[in-house]
Amino acid sequence: MRYSAFSLVRNALSGNLNWKPQWRQPQPKPHYDVIIVGGGGHGLSTAYYLAKEFGVKNVAVLEKGYLGSGNVGRNTTIVRSNYMLPGNEPFYEFSMKLWEGLEQDLNYNVMLSQRGVIMLYHSDAQRDAYIRRGNAMWMEGVAAELIEREQLKKMIPFLNYDHARYPILGGLLQRRAGTARHDAVAWGYARGADRHGVDIIEHCEVTGIRRENGVVTGVETTKGFIGCGKLALAAAGNSSRVGEMADLKLPLESHVLQAFVTEGLKPCIDHVIVYGGGHFYISQSDKGGLVFGAEIDGYSSYAQRGNLATAEHVMEEGVTMIPGLSRVRVLRAWGGVMDMSMDGSPIIDRTSIDNLYLNCGWCYGGFKATPASGYCFAHLIARNDTHPVARALRLDRFARGYAVDEAGAGPQPNLH
Amino acid sequence: MASLITCPHCGVRPKEEFAVRGDASRGRPEPMDSDETWHDYVYVRVNPRGRTFEHWHHVAGCRRFLVVERDTATHEVYSVVDAAEFARRVER
Repeated sequence: MRYSAFSLVRNALSGNLNWKPQWRQPQPKPHYDVIIVGGGGHGLSTAYYLAKEFGVKNVAVLEKGYLGSGNVGRNTTIVRSNYMLPGNEPFYEFSMKLWEGLEQDLNYNVMLSQRGVIMLYHSDAQRDAYIRRGNAMWMEGVAAELIEREQLKKMIPFLNYDHARYPILGGLLQRRAGTARHDAVAWGYARGADRHGVDIIEHCEVTGIRRENGVVTGVETTKGFIGCGKLALAAAGNSSRVGEMADLKLPLESHVLQAFVTEGLKPCIDHVIVYGGGHFYISQSDKGGLVFGAEIDGYSSYAQRGNLATAEHVMEEGVTMIPGLSRVRVLRAWGGVMDMSMDGSPIIDRTSIDNLYLNCGWCYGGFKATPASGYCFAHLIARNDTHPVARALRLDRFARGYAVDEAGAGPQPNLH
Repeated sequence: MASLITCPHCGVRPKEEFAVRGDASRGRPEPMDSDETWHDYVYVRVNPRGRTFEHWHHVAGCRRFLVVERDTATHEVYSVVDAAEFARRVER
C-alpha cells in the first residue's frame, strides 16, 4: 500500500481496520544470493538499496531480536555532515543528501527536521579550529556558518554565556543538519526493502558461519542453516562476535554510550546544540522531551546499560551549558553498545574471505550515516567495488598508515 | 560496571579514580618484530564478550598501572593486581 493523504483519509473512514502490516514475517528460504547479518538501520538500508538501486532482490536480513531493537532505536537521532577530514566529509555529505530525499524515496515519514546543528566554542583556539572545520566543509561543497557571540545570543538566548571556565564565544552552524525519527527510519527501510522482495527474518540469531574451500556457503542460525552466495555483516556492537565466527581479527572495541530523555516540555530548544567544553549534545523531540547524551562510559562493555557516574557527568555538562536544565526531570536513560574503531571512523570493506563483506566501526556516529552506509555497502556487495565516497573507509587502512582519525586520539577507542 | 575497585596498594576505591587504558592480555612485541605483529598489537582487539584483562591506571591514587580482570557483559570484577606482578606471572 502506498501511503498518501488519500490512504490516510480512506483508512480513517473505515475505522483504521484495513491497514496492512508494513513488512511480511517470512520463513527463511534455503538459499539467498545475499544474506545480511543485522536488522538495524545499516542492515536494512543495505538491503533496501541492494534491491532498489543494484537489482539484487534475493536478499535476507537476519535479526537476532526484533527489528530496530539495537542502536537504531537507541540513539539521539542527530543527522549532520559537519566533519573535517577529506576521508569522512564526502561520505557524510552523501548521507545528508540521501536524508534530504529519503521520505519521498521511501514513501515514509521519517520526520526529518533540518533544524540546524550548532557546535559551540569557548576559546579563541577553538574558534580557529571551527573555522578550519567550516572551511574544510566548504571545500567539499557543504555550507557552514560561523555564528559570533552577539548573533548567537539572539538565536539561543538561554545558554550560559558568561561561565567562568567555559564562556560561550560563538558556534559553527550547519543549517541543513538536524534530527530524524530513528524508529521510523528503521521501519521505513524495512517496509521499502520488503516491498522490493527482501525477506526480513526477525528473532533469527546467527550462531555460526559455514565455510568451504575458503568461501562462505551459508550461516547457522537459530532457525537452521541458510545458504548464501554472499554474506554481509552489519552487526554493530556485536561485530567482533560475528566476525570471530569467520576468524576475522577486527580493530574494534565495544563500548557503552548512554542517552537520556526528559519529561515533555513546550517547544524551547529549536536547534541541536553541541557543547564544546565537553561532548554534550541536546535537541528537543517532537513530543517535547529533551534528548541528550555525551561521552561513552570509558570501559569496554557489551551491557546495554551505563554507569551512574557517567550519567552524573552528562547532567553536569548540560547544566553548565544550559542552567535551566537543572529544573527538568529525566524520564529515561538507556545504553547502546558502540563498535568503536581504532581511529573513530567506520569500516565498509571486503575481507580476506572473498564473499564476506564487512560494515562496522560506527562508533557513535552510526545513525546519521544510515543511508550512505547502506548505499555504499550495497554498491560494494553488488559490484565488488568500493563506492567513491567510501574509499577512505577500508579495513586495511591501519596497516597502510591511512587512519581517518577525526579526533586525533590514536588507537585508543575510549578517547574517540 | 562495579563501582568499587580493590587496588592492591590503596584498598577499596571508587572506580572514578581510575583511567582505563584497555586490553592487557597481549604483551608488547619486540622492537624489530614484523609490521604485522606490531599492527596486531596496536590496532587489533579480541574484544571479548565475557572475561577480559585490562590495564587500569590508578590516576587519583597510587598512580600505578593495574591489571583488572572483569566481565564485559556482567561488569563483575574478579581480580586486580599490579601490572608488574601480572607481567611476572605471564612470564612464568
